Amino acid sequence: MQHLYRRIYANPKFHQLELERRRFSWLLTSIILIAYFSFILIIAFYPELFGNPIFEDSVITWGILIALSVILLSLLLTGIYVYRANNEFDRLVNDVIKDVT
Amino acid sequence: MNNLNIRLLFWVPILFIPSLLSAADAVQGEITQQPTNIIAITMFLVFVAATLGITYWAARRTKSTKDFYAAGGNITGLQNGLAIAGDYMSAASFLGISGLVFASGFDGLIYSIGFLVGWPIILFLLAERLRNLGKYTFADAVSYRLQQLPIRSLAASGTLIVVLLYLTAQLVGAGKLIQILFGLEYYLAVVIVGILMVLYVTFGGMLATTWVQIIKAVLLLCGASFMAVAVMYHMDFSFETLFMTATEVHKNGITIMSPGGLVSDPISAISLGLALMFGTAGLPHILMRFFTVPDAQEARKSVVYATGFIGYFFILTFIIGFGAIVFLVNNPEFLDLQSGGLLGGNNMAAIHLSKAVGGEVFLGFISAVAFATILAVVSGLTLAGASAISHDLYASVLRKGEAQEGEEIRMSRIATVGLGVAAIFLGVQFEQQNVAYMVGLAFAIAASVNFPVLFLSMYWQRLTTRGAFIGGSIGLITAVSCMILGPTIWVDILGNTEAIFPYKHPALFSISAAFMSIFIISKLDNSVSGREEALAFEGQYVRSQTGLGSEE
Repeated sequence: MQHLYRRIYANPKFHQLELERRRFSWLLTSIILIAYFSFILIIAFYPELFGNPIFEDSVITWGILIALSVILLSLLLTGIYVYRANNEFDRLVNDVIKDVT
Repeated sequence: MNNLNIRLLFWVPILFIPSLLSAADAVQGEITQQPTNIIAITMFLVFVAATLGITYWAARRTKSTKDFYAAGGNITGLQNGLAIAGDYMSAASFLGISGLVFASGFDGLIYSIGFLVGWPIILFLLAERLRNLGKYTFADAVSYRLQQLPIRSLAASGTLIVVLLYLTAQLVGAGKLIQILFGLEYYLAVVIVGILMVLYVTFGGMLATTWVQIIKAVLLLCGASFMAVAVMYHMDFSFETLFMTATEVHKNGITIMSPGGLVSDPISAISLGLALMFGTAGLPHILMRFFTVPDAQEARKSVVYATGFIGYFFILTFIIGFGAIVFLVNNPEFLDLQSGGLLGGNNMAAIHLSKAVGGEVFLGFISAVAFATILAVVSGLTLAGASAISHDLYASVLRKGEAQEGEEIRMSRIATVGLGVAAIFLGVQFEQQNVAYMVGLAFAIAASVNFPVLFLSMYWQRLTTRGAFIGGSIGLITAVSCMILGPTIWVDILGNTEAIFPYKHPALFSISAAFMSIFIISKLDNSVSGREEALAFEGQYVRSQTGLGSEE
């Protein structure tokens, strides 16, 4: 098995795939981190921003709308990641394995 | 508090750290034992009979260690997603968050979101690598190229401390909740929960645990959906009407629509956020679930389903909390006439609402579901703790991988019974204590020990055994001491006037301490074994990316 690992590691396609996948997962990770910590920091520093109604005469505030958006964003990003990983990345992984065996 | 309690307090100093939200929060203040609720008990007995039937079925299929720890690796992504949701949606999140929304509106969302955003992180950074590297516990993945003895011991300590804290908090909460819901004695409730969880785990292993969690998740999601729809029906399915009516009757009026005082200073806010987010990614019973699926693809799918169910559930609790404001605030049937608050405290909001919208029968159903919820969560925890003892400590460290499968399973059953006894004992000891801080401490430790070590072992080639062991221990010590010296324990529980460590949530400091010390010590480690570990990274890296050579 170690032998096989070494051959895969030496395969440029593997590194191409790895780079692509790493960029993609860190991109999604930073989106969720930024979204979540901006949410927390706004609550800590500028809570009044979240108290504004989304339009005049509405009781619904920006805070509630944004909180729900963070929940939906989490769902959306996990969906996007799995769609791409299960279709594109898994196929590339299989290509690499076929190449070396 | 009797002497034994006081001694225990000092004897297990590790147990003292601040508060997130726990089952125990669900029941603060005076408990009034309710008259025995026949409908609820009948429904609960049906649930117990069904799950024991499943345990019997699972026991006949549980022969190898792989069956016991990982349900044979045959769980599908959807099933695992439901089971993860069942593991994660505790009675605390159901009753606690809807109670928090009932009391202060918007602030309830802050916890919901913190509990949810850990999931995308697990998916993007950990899930598939973990599945490709490990076998039964996350320590398998961490110790892949590091030394077994120190790394497994560290991971097993991290697991056992988290499990015991979480388990005690759940059992104390369970005892009090069941007292309110079913009119059973506290001790009886703790013992029943303890015995049932030991039965599920010892006989049915992961297969029974998984199905208990799936059934509970389905029941909880159905019950909560019914309540939310019933609330919205009365509000003509308009959120504007729901919020408008709620702000009209709530004593805080329109301010419940914006952030209140829950998170005030930025350090605590960030620290709480980190604990919730990375704590989830370090919970041993959650990480263990990724070994029940056949491959990385199913592991990914489970996270999407889990995130979907959990996110949906938090939206429901938000509607339920607001619905409770609308239906309960002016309804004398549910109010404590002396204090003007809810009967049994704010965390009874969802329970009272179930009666208000669905009558006695639905109240019985929701009460039974709350009980089932506790059972599912404690079973998962117990199994994770037992695996740390039998798989990491006994089979890998003590027997150096030479143990027969039969011996290992026997050891995990003994460990399960031992953990059950310990949990019942702690549950009884801590009856009169506020145990809310225990869940907070469990999350802080998971985020400062398990998560950094697991993450760096996968992502950083230069990580050495010495760095992981010492750095992980520093994370553990920092989390525990900041918690003891902080406002929650030092002031509120031990009665000192001023906290030595000023913040309620230590995660920001303990996570940084862990990462920094792991980094520095690994960098300084010039040992031969350290260099060999760096060389072995290549193979680990390929396997974590491709799944080649991982457990089928």
